[in-house]
Order: sequence, then structure tokens, then C-alpha cells
Amino acid sequence: METIAAIATPHGTGGVAVIRISGEHAIARADALFRPLHGNRPSELAGYTCAYGQILRDGAVLDDCVLTVFRAPHSYTGEDVVEISCHGGRFLTQKILRTVLCDTVRLAEPGEFTKRAFLNGKLSLTQAEAVADLISASGENAVKCARSLRDGATFRRISGFSNTLLELLSDLAVWADYPDEDIPSVDGGALEARLCALSEEMQQLMATYDYGRIVREGLHTVIAGKPNVGKSTLFNALNGFERSIVTDIAGTTRDVVEEQIRIGGYALRLSDTAGVHDTDEQIERMGVEKSLAFLRDADLVLAVFDVSRPLEPEDSALLAQLPMARTIAVCNKTDLGALWHPEDYGFADIVEISAKMLDGMEQLETAVEAFASRQATPAEDGMIANERQRTCLAQAIFAVEEGLDALRMGLAYDAVTVSLEGAADALLQLTGERITDAVVDAVFTRFCVGK
Amino acid sequence: MNYEMGTFDVIVVGAGHAGVEAGLAAARLGCQTLLLTISLDQIANMPCNPSIGGTAKGHLVREIDALGGEMGRAADACFIQSRMLNRGKGPAVHSLRVQADRVAYHKYMKQVCEMQENLYVKQGEAAEIIVENGEIKGIITRLGAVYHAKTVVICTGTYLKGKIHIGEVSYESGPDAALPSNALSLSLAQYLPLRRFKTGTPCRVHRRSINFDVLERQDGDAEITPFSFEHDGAEMQNILSCYIAYTNEETHRVIRENLHRSPLYGGRIEGVGPRYCPSIEDKIVRFADKERHQIFVEPMGLSTEEYYLQGMSSSLPEDVQLAFLRTVKGLENVEILRPAYAIEYDCVDPTALYPTLETKAVRGLYGAGQFNGSSGYEEAAAQGLVAGVNAALSVLGRQPMILERSGSYIGTLIDDLVCKGCSDPYRMMTSRSEYRLVLRQDNADWRMMPIGREIGLLPESRYAAMQEKYRLVEAEIRRVNRTNLAPSEALNAMLTEMGTVPLKTGCKVADLIRRPQLGYAVTAPFDVERPALPADVQEQVEIQIKYEGYILRQNQAIAAAQKLERKTLPTDLDYTSVRGLRLEAMEKLNKRKPLSIGQASRISGVSPADITVLLVWLEQHKEGQNASGI
Repeated sequence: METIAAIATPHGTGGVAVIRISGEHAIARADALFRPLHGNRPSELAGYTCAYGQILRDGAVLDDCVLTVFRAPHSYTGEDVVEISCHGGRFLTQKILRTVLCDTVRLAEPGEFTKRAFLNGKLSLTQAEAVADLISASGENAVKCARSLRDGATFRRISGFSNTLLELLSDLAVWADYPDEDIPSVDGGALEARLCALSEEMQQLMATYDYGRIVREGLHTVIAGKPNVGKSTLFNALNGFERSIVTDIAGTTRDVVEEQIRIGGYALRLSDTAGVHDTDEQIERMGVEKSLAFLRDADLVLAVFDVSRPLEPEDSALLAQLPMARTIAVCNKTDLGALWHPEDYGFADIVEISAKMLDGMEQLETAVEAFASRQATPAEDGMIANERQRTCLAQAIFAVEEGLDALRMGLAYDAVTVSLEGAADALLQLTGERITDAVVDAVFTRFCVGK
Repeated sequence: MNYEMGTFDVIVVGAGHAGVEAGLAAARLGCQTLLLTISLDQIANMPCNPSIGGTAKGHLVREIDALGGEMGRAADACFIQSRMLNRGKGPAVHSLRVQADRVAYHKYMKQVCEMQENLYVKQGEAAEIIVENGEIKGIITRLGAVYHAKTVVICTGTYLKGKIHIGEVSYESGPDAALPSNALSLSLAQYLPLRRFKTGTPCRVHRRSINFDVLERQDGDAEITPFSFEHDGAEMQNILSCYIAYTNEETHRVIRENLHRSPLYGGRIEGVGPRYCPSIEDKIVRFADKERHQIFVEPMGLSTEEYYLQGMSSSLPEDVQLAFLRTVKGLENVEILRPAYAIEYDCVDPTALYPTLETKAVRGLYGAGQFNGSSGYEEAAAQGLVAGVNAALSVLGRQPMILERSGSYIGTLIDDLVCKGCSDPYRMMTSRSEYRLVLRQDNADWRMMPIGREIGLLPESRYAAMQEKYRLVEAEIRRVNRTNLAPSEALNAMLTEMGTVPLKTGCKVADLIRRPQLGYAVTAPFDVERPALPADVQEQVEIQIKYEGYILRQNQAIAAAQKLERKTLPTDLDYTSVRGLRLEAMEKLNKRKPLSIGQASRISGVSPADITVLLVWLEQHKEGQNASGI
């Protein structure tokens, strides 16, 4: 497998950052970049040892660092791994990462270290999922949720669903397999009622997925507004609010896909830096349809207006396109007085900020936090937080609804049973059990049947 | 002093329901076959309930028939009451069950075996298997007779080290007071992982001692469906009825007060009993709040006064049995002819077998029936057929027959046994098949006859009849999908009466058949071009139209499952060399040596994550995909 590298610590925070290189060329690459201050080159180091030295780029020193060598299979990924611990800060770490990348070392895809750890037998699938979520969890809420996932709140809820299904299925199984026994016959009305309730509960859990995605990936945030209205200032203010290091935007657009900042307990993913600056042009260029899609995909739109000037056609065009429920109107506060009022255009969330942007930031933070928490209540009793869980739950909901349809149409229970088995099967995939065994076990535990 | 008694292609040890099918199948495929039994008078004996079929078991019998086995025909010839269970619960769970004449069934099967070309029925007790270099060479009887053979099928039922328990008394015995087979167990244990299971049977009572007037009567079907696809059942008649009685609080009290005299609760039984067939004392202990339990009072045959009391299996002492039975309404004066007993026996851990039912440890040695950990005549017969066929195919140098889980209940049964194993005697149930809307008893002919024909067990004429049947089915489905019905007063009156929406514009006949409230028959008067078709063809048309969507979906699931079944794993793979497998999975896989990813996925302890790892491994070793053990 190819050798991969990435920044292993969260972007833009902390005093120390770690760049991880994994794969067969990892140690050779470290040899080429690292100058030990005394002692051994990386290739001369044993596993689990480290060395102090400097990272060089074209002969110039980039930073002092500590380099740790892990030798396969005794590493996180199970491959040869080199970890460079350098000083934190986006600019520096990005620069070192770019130095590491070459024709033998490529940028790791998201989660690729964990994937390799899994493939090399270092992690089980469920562990891998939880770790991946923990790593990518941005903000405190996300960390809390990732933990609750491992602690099993979601699993408990899902097992609750599958237990209900297994109970219903064992009723149906006994009904089919022991026709002569005097056991209560299956009551279609009661079955329908229980399935309806189950479907509703599953859909409630499903509704937590968007929230789950938001805390895990951050709010996908778009700053919109006509040119020169102050989008860049807002962008920089948001960055400044988060940390003091100014992002080196120019020249890093290929590396920096998005800017991630934190407000309150929530992460904001300000979309693609190039996009933010050129939003209006881009919207014009892309045409109405594409700009609609751009705004539609956003979890949050920060629409910047200058209310001291009359509403212009560009503002109107924007107003027509904004997803109002997900938009916060950001107004330039001005001594000149407002010529129009965003609340007249249906905005519920309006924040006024000063010319220097500093006064209103607290308000914006509150508004964003309120908005994020409105997306869904951070479910204490578990939430759907990854794609695998979402897929399985979606399948289960679909199958239960299908069984309900069959039941309402008056089809025989054998058809209903097949749908419910599909539902239970989808849920049991998450816990690794198997449906037929589970039903048979439930039959014998719950019923006194047999000759 | 041992002596030579000849050489055979196949030796079948035991002539119960597994042994008979194994012997007949091997002989019919042209192999010189020895069918060895401890007593000729026990051939195809039914030491428990004289009934064939029932839920899921009825499916097995029809599949056996469609493959060219004997059980279905024997049951049709010897039944005294026939019922299609679960009518009205949907075609997937329809199951045929007959009450059979126990003596007539035995006589029928004994004679079929005696008259079968290439089949040599002999009375004798196999005492030892001969194994050389991991390959079976023959058997030696208790008398010292040496029979050489290329293959041996073990169908020892409850005879293998059988031990009967009645209350405080226990003794070595086979079922129905037959001799047990003790020596063979020692010989088999040298090569195979044997273990001990338990089963039981209720008492038989005299007809004259039962007050039938106070019992519920249960009659057979007015129109009888036969097991065998050979005939239509028009001339078949029910002869006797069955009855239902109930236990009461007094019955339970007597049992509870005597529990200490039960060998099970007294700890004298080590074998594991079946969950689906609990003794009456088990039921009362485990389901203490249940006020009454059903007793089915069923005739044992036409040439006997014995009645069977289904539901009252027990290992309590004879005096306790009499006491609790006499508390039952209708059985106040009951007279016991044979007491109930529990029987312990040796059997093999079925995970030591391939899906061909050949043992992994000894080439040419096969197992079937209770020996493989199953329970039930039908489960036994199904495995006997598969083991006999595969023993014969191996002698003939042909490819083995492996029935897929997605194609039959027999395949499901065997797959469950050899992949998952069993911790108590395994009974077939409809809920064990994930494909039951497709694997129905009504289409067993369509599913299994092509296989029966390919093997050479099914006569060409029966295959041709099946083809004709399904040609008619297809043509009729095409026709009703094409034929329009215009709304008419009469049609709309019928639709309203049946509780469904009347027509405003025309629709296809098939659309009306598909409505849950309607069916093929009720639409007949309005479908003027409808041809006269046999009942089984009409049934197929209706089911296939009504369940079209579900059948389509299950067929997709089957296709997906078969993909995994066809990803073969080498049997010589050392799983400790596969990186990423969890330790438990490694151990299980090394022990079981599954033939495919599909089989591996059903081994307990192998998780979906392990399967992902195996799939990755297969991708990396693509050239190995075609090399399979079997």
C-alpha cells in the first residue's frame, strides 16, 4: 500500500501538532527531511524511540521537532509509522506537511489511518468507527456524542427496536410453526399499533442524524452578500475570534478546502475560502440554479446586509434565494440609521455588528449556538452519528413501513413477517447478531410449545 | 473370529428414516448398497409420534419427494388423517401433516427396501468402522462379519449408546425396547467429536380407556393434498380423527410434587434435550403460570388400539405418569400400554461435517439423521437422502450434491447444522429459512426436480410432468397479465361484496387477482377466455401473482447471498495468516474450514468485520478463487 501522511492533530488548535506518516516509505522519507541534533537518523532508530532534531526544506530549517519511530506491526496502523511532533499552528504544520508529501508519499484520505489499522487487524470495525468519529468530532458536543456512542446509548436504543421486532417476529413464528398449540393468535390491530409506534420511534432517532452530522462535521456555513458588504471582514473576524494565527489563504487554497472554526460548543465549516471571497461572482457565474443548490446545501447561511443603504436588486435576488429557516441576517450597524429592516423580509435571526465587527461577535455567537441547538436536541439517549448506522436504520424504517402497508392491504402475515425480518436484520447488522437464530431463540424462551 | 462377507460401494448403518432414504438413493444410483439394521422389524419405525410432516417438516417431505426420495410416497400410502396446516396464513407457511399408520409405514418401507435392486438389507449390528489413512474401508459387525466398502453412512438414531430413563430406573436400550449399539460409539469416537443428546416420548394408552366424548375432535381436510407430486390425491380419504385434551392444575400439582423422582431434575441425565420438544415436567417448571397444556390424542394405526398422547413426553416414574394422566378430563380411567421415557444417545457435533454430510476427519464416512444432531423423521430422511446420494456420487466419481440454503429447506437444515452447529437436537422450523416466501412446499417440485433429475434419482417422466405444469403456469400468468376486464355491473357488485373498490375503467385480470380480498377463483366468471387448468396450476398462478413483489425481492436477496456462497475459500487456508481477523474468528475458521464466504458468515463468532477482512484477503489472492476443497 502507498505511504500516506497527514496532520494527525486537529487543525489550528493547540501548541503542538503531530504529522503522521505511515507506510513502507515512511522512515526513508523521514531520513530525507530530518536532521538529528545528535545521534541517529530515523532509519537507525528502533521502534518506540524518538529523536530530537530539525525539519529541513531545501536546506532551510522549518522547525524544531521530536520525531518518533514505530516499526510494523507495532504501530497504530500496523505499518511503519513516523510521527513528527512540531510546533502547532496551521501555517507551520501545513508547510511541514507539504514538505513531507512527494512522489512516494501522498496525502492521506480522511480516516485512512484508521482504515489501515482496521485492515491490519489493529481495530475492530466498531472500534474503528468510534475512533474515527472521536478524531473528527469537532467541538465539545461532538466529543460528548462520540463518547456516548461508544458507551452504547445509541446501541441501547437500537437494541430496543430490534428487541421489539424480535418479540413480534417470535409471535409470528410461533403462530406459523405451532398452529395447533393453544397460544394467543396474532392480533392484526395490535400488531399494526405496535409497528406504528416502532416506526415513529425509529424516525425520531433518525431525525438525530442531521444533528449528529452537524456536531461531527460542523455546520456547513456559507457567507452570502453582495460585494463589499463586509463578507471578508466577517470571515476574518470569525477566524480572529477563534484564534490569533491568521490563515495563509493565498497559495494554500488547494490544501485548505475549508476553514473550520469553533463558536461556543459548535464547529463551523466556512465553505471553501476561494468560494467565500467570490461568492457573489460565483453565484452569478453559476446561474440561479447552481447558486440555489449552493445555498440549499448549507446548514447555515450568514447573509450580510448593509441596511444603511437602500435595498438593491442584488440584495433582492439574494433574499429570494435564501433558505430563511437556516439563515442569520448579519447587519452592519451604522450611525446613519437603517433604511430597511430585515425583520420585514421574514428574518427571525438578526444580528447587528459594528463596523469593526468586534461588538456583535458575542451576539453572533449566541445566535449561532441557538441555531445549532435548534437543529436537534443533543439527544442524551443516543443519536445516529455515522453513515453505517444511518443506512441500517433507514433500511429498518423502510421495511417496517412496508410491513405496515402489507398489513393494511390485508396481505397474509407471511408477507408481513418477511418485511419485519428485513427490518430486524438491518438493525442486527449493527450488533452482529443473526436474525433467524435470534427469532428461534426468542420463540423457545417466550413460548411453551412442542410435543 | 472375523470373516469376510463381501464388498459394497455403500454401507448404510441403521435403517430408520435416514438410513432407508440413504440406502434407497445409493442403490437407485446404481451402487451396490448394504443396509444394515439391528432388527429388520425396526425398519422405518416411528418410535415417537406416528406422524409425518407438520410445519416446515412438510416442506422437507415434499423436497425429498421432488428429489426422488421415498418418504412422501410412503406417507401418502400409509396415512390415516391428513391436514394442510396454516391454511389462511399465507402460502409460505402452509404445511402438510399426516397421521400415519405406524405398522403399515414400517411394512411399506421394509418391502420397498427389500425389493430395491442393488440394495441388500441385512440384520446385524455394526460394531466397528475400518479406517485406513483417514479413509473409510468398511465395517465389522458384532458377529465378526467384515464388510468392505468405499463409503459408509452412519444413521444410528437413538441407538448409539442408547440409554432409557423412566423415573429412578435407567437401562441401556435402543428405542421401543430394541437393542442399543454400544461398541460402534467407541469406534466412531476415535475419529469424531461425539456428544450426548436426549429426547423423549410420551406414553401410549388404550383406546377403550379414553372418553372421547369429552375431548375436542380434530378432523382431517375434506380435500386432501398428497405429499408426493406424483398424484393429485383425488382418491385419498381420511380414516380416523385426532382429539385434544388439556392438563389442569391438579395434573401440574402431581407433577410438581414428584419432580424429585425425575432423572432430569435428579441430575441423572447428562444429555441435552430439545427445546422444541420439552417434557411435560419441563413445561410446568419453565412456564409455571400457564394454567393448562394441550394434549393431542392421536391414533397409532388401524391394526392397533394404541393411542399416542402428544405433549406429554415425560421421564417421571410409571406410577407418577399414571397418576397425572388420570387427572385429565377424558383420561380418568386411562390404561397405559407403554410408559413414557427419556432416551439419551451419542451423536456427532455436526460442524465436523461438510455440507455433503461427509465427515471432515474420515474420507468416505458420512452421517445423517439424529447422529448429526437433528431430531425428527423428516429431518433424518432429508439428510439420509443427501448423504446416500453423495456417498454414491463419490463412488461414481461424480461431483457432489450440495443443496444451497437459498434453494431449499433441506439445504437450510444442512447448512444450519454444519455451519452453525447445534446445542440441542435441531428441529426444522419455517422461521429458520430467510427465503421462505420462495421456498414454499407448493413449488418444491419446481425447485428440486431439476436437481433430482440431474443426479439421476428422479424418473424422466416425473420431470417432464413438472415442466408441463410450469409451462401452463407461465402461459396462464402471461394471459392474465394481458387480458383486460371492462367494468360491468356484475363485476362491480362482486368487488363491492368482497370489500374492495369497484372498477371505473378497465384493468388486467392479474390486477384483480393481486388484490388481497380477491384471488384466482373469484375472478373466473368474469374472465371468459380462461382455460380449464389443474388445481395445482391455478394455485401457482395465484401465488406467483399475489406475491410477485415479495418473490422478486427474495430472489434478489438470494442472488446476493449466492454471490457470497460462490466466493470459495480454500480448505487448506491457515486463517492465522490472514491479517486483521480477530482471534476468536481465526480459531473458529481454522476449526470449521468453511467452503465459502457465505458459510463463513454463518459461523458464530465470525463477525461482519471478519467477513470484510476475508473479502479483502480474497481480493488480494484472486488467483486462489477457483481452487476449492470440494
